[in-house]
Amino acid sequence: MTAAADADLIPARRPPSSETGAVGWIRHNLFSGWFNTIVTIIAAFVAYKVIVGALSYTIFNAVWTGTPQTCQDMLGKGACWLAVEDRYRFILFGPFDYDQQWRGGLVIALFCVMVALSAIRRLWGRNLIIAWVAMLAVVLWLMHGGLGLKVVDTSKWGGLPLTLLLAFAGIIFAFPLGIVLALGRRSNMPAIKALCVAYIELIRGVPLISVLFMASVMFPLFLPENITIDKVLRAQVGIILFTAAYTAEAIRGGLQAVPKGQYEAADALGLGYWRKMSLIVLPQALKISIPSIVNNFISTLKDTSLVTIIALYDLLNTSKIAFNEPQWRSFFFDGFLVAGLIYFVFCFSISRISIKIERVLDVGHKRR
Amino acid sequence: MATSHDSASLTVKPTVPWYRDRNARAIAFQIIALSAVILLGWYLVSNTMHNMATRNIATGWGFLGLEAGFGISEHVISYTPADTYGRAIVVGFLNTIKVAVIGIILATIIGVVVGLARLSSNWLVARMATVYVEALRNVPLLLQLIIWYGLIIAMPGPRQAVQMMPGVFLTGRGVYYPSIESEPVHTWMAVLFVVGILLTWAYSRWAKRRQDETGKAAPLLLPAIGFIIGLPLLIWLIAGAPLTLGLPELKGFNFAGGSVLSPEFAAMVVGLSTYTGAFIAEVVRSGIQAVSHGQSEAARALGLRPMLVTRLVVFPQSLRVIVPPLTSQYLNLTKNSSLAVAIGYPDLVSTGNTALNQTGQAVECIAIIMGVYLAISLAISLFMNWYNKHIALVER
Repeated sequence: MTAAADADLIPARRPPSSETGAVGWIRHNLFSGWFNTIVTIIAAFVAYKVIVGALSYTIFNAVWTGTPQTCQDMLGKGACWLAVEDRYRFILFGPFDYDQQWRGGLVIALFCVMVALSAIRRLWGRNLIIAWVAMLAVVLWLMHGGLGLKVVDTSKWGGLPLTLLLAFAGIIFAFPLGIVLALGRRSNMPAIKALCVAYIELIRGVPLISVLFMASVMFPLFLPENITIDKVLRAQVGIILFTAAYTAEAIRGGLQAVPKGQYEAADALGLGYWRKMSLIVLPQALKISIPSIVNNFISTLKDTSLVTIIALYDLLNTSKIAFNEPQWRSFFFDGFLVAGLIYFVFCFSISRISIKIERVLDVGHKRR
Repeated sequence: MATSHDSASLTVKPTVPWYRDRNARAIAFQIIALSAVILLGWYLVSNTMHNMATRNIATGWGFLGLEAGFGISEHVISYTPADTYGRAIVVGFLNTIKVAVIGIILATIIGVVVGLARLSSNWLVARMATVYVEALRNVPLLLQLIIWYGLIIAMPGPRQAVQMMPGVFLTGRGVYYPSIESEPVHTWMAVLFVVGILLTWAYSRWAKRRQDETGKAAPLLLPAIGFIIGLPLLIWLIAGAPLTLGLPELKGFNFAGGSVLSPEFAAMVVGLSTYTGAFIAEVVRSGIQAVSHGQSEAARALGLRPMLVTRLVVFPQSLRVIVPPLTSQYLNLTKNSSLAVAIGYPDLVSTGNTALNQTGQAVECIAIIMGVYLAISLAISLFMNWYNKHIALVER
């Protein structure tokens, strides 16, 4: 019976060609209705102008070879890559000893490799954290020298290695501090809680630049007369103290998301506070807070550019100073374009990694 | 009998030694932590006092009354170098507020437009909005500010000024635009503007009550426009529509007349609002996406028109999600305005820093800067808590 009925069915017709394939897609996504059509035409015009403008400035009209005069003739019409080519070592490494700049290059490569490794699911675990800390030690050795390498004073550290060092060391040291602050803020002890809340809210309420000013002018006043700490370290401490408050809030979010049953189960097993936290609660809480910590990290990476204001040679400052030479002065924009591109590549790829981590770690705690 | 026996047994043989007791440990731990913090604070303060004494740095707030001696290019209230440090810092604070308020308004407009564009069914528009958001979010704000500033001051001088509109000139020294000379009627227009807002509020309450009682909806938009814009316009027309424009004119090497936006201010406003706008766009997008589809479907099933679905069902619910992160973006914008120091816009940090460099009183100057920002952010978070309580869902 059913077979007969089936046989009588008319085979489904193909949808009209105007509804499928490229034509259908364009109709649905770009030209559905008169309003959308107008919007599409305007948007396409703007996009065309922007893309053509960007391409002609950076490629077709750009000056790749020639003399500063060639650049001068094309000022405002095309980028002067000649200047960037001439000054790229300073942009990347700042005033670091010229013959030692391979060390800076190695530092950049190490950071890139570690970021790439951190994106691999299989490698996540305690060993990755140990590897990060070990790499930080290697980076410090490469930057500072000693043990067979020429010693380079911190006043000469600069460029991308300094930016990456400030950011990564900032987040790595802020992490344990953030855990302590977050636990303190969730503590039952009123004095501890008050101290942690005061610290976190104080730091989150002020701009980073005021913390950096404090680090650069007030730290020397805080310490006994005979002790002086160097400028890079002061800025680094400022960044760590600042980032710790934000990390603490990210971790607190994770702690709050761990179901109460987990805390109670740990209590029921007779675990003390530290074991309860380190064995049961924190592993779950940290997992939940990783995406927001990574987002904090992206902010920290961008915020390291503020050390320019207290006159450290980070990537932003070197790309500014690199074009102070009279012949290249007019082309400051191209230097910033390069610096901006470097920041973008790092921040954007880390934000993609963050989205990936979020997807992998989301193992069904959330209701859909 | 039983009670006394119990308490006696408790006092006679405690089950745990005191150092094992949870409460005793908590108290001991807190005392240790507090005294460590106090000791550290005392150590830092005594070092600071000693260092300042050996370096001959004055302490106290007396410097606020001394003559500042430095000029500030932009001031909302009158200021000359002969004024005090205190007044200089207030001028800086007002400049911060000025750039923050204008930045917040523009960033909100950009953010809402781009956020809605990201959700657009138009593929091209959505893509362009995504590119905008990603490009601006992933480059440091300071870099963007410096680029904007560099581009503005690289504009041609007044003699080759770019005329954007009749009367509006873009030059390397800022943007010149016509100013409106003040007239006595302006005061009345401002008064009627406020009256119009109050009338609109009263009218909307009346309209809502009438709709609740009779089911008849009253038009809201037209009366609101009439009250808020119409009334001031009416008094202006009654007064004979006085309008004197101060047009910027090229006199010698510079423009005279009209008003000018300084390059620093223009760069700050453009940089802050485009950057924060990208973040607000994400806030708006996630807020609208957070309202479940069932809500708009149910509203349509009830027969509401598309405009009403958005206004009465989707928007109020997404606002609940949008407002908390939106306020923190406003706060971020205000804090980020401190980057003005890098391009020479005289904000609070910039004037405070100049005072610091001249007097050497680092502790006081940084305390003022931090205190002001802290007060602003505390005020905003108090408002946030109030707002969250106000709009919290009343659940069973």
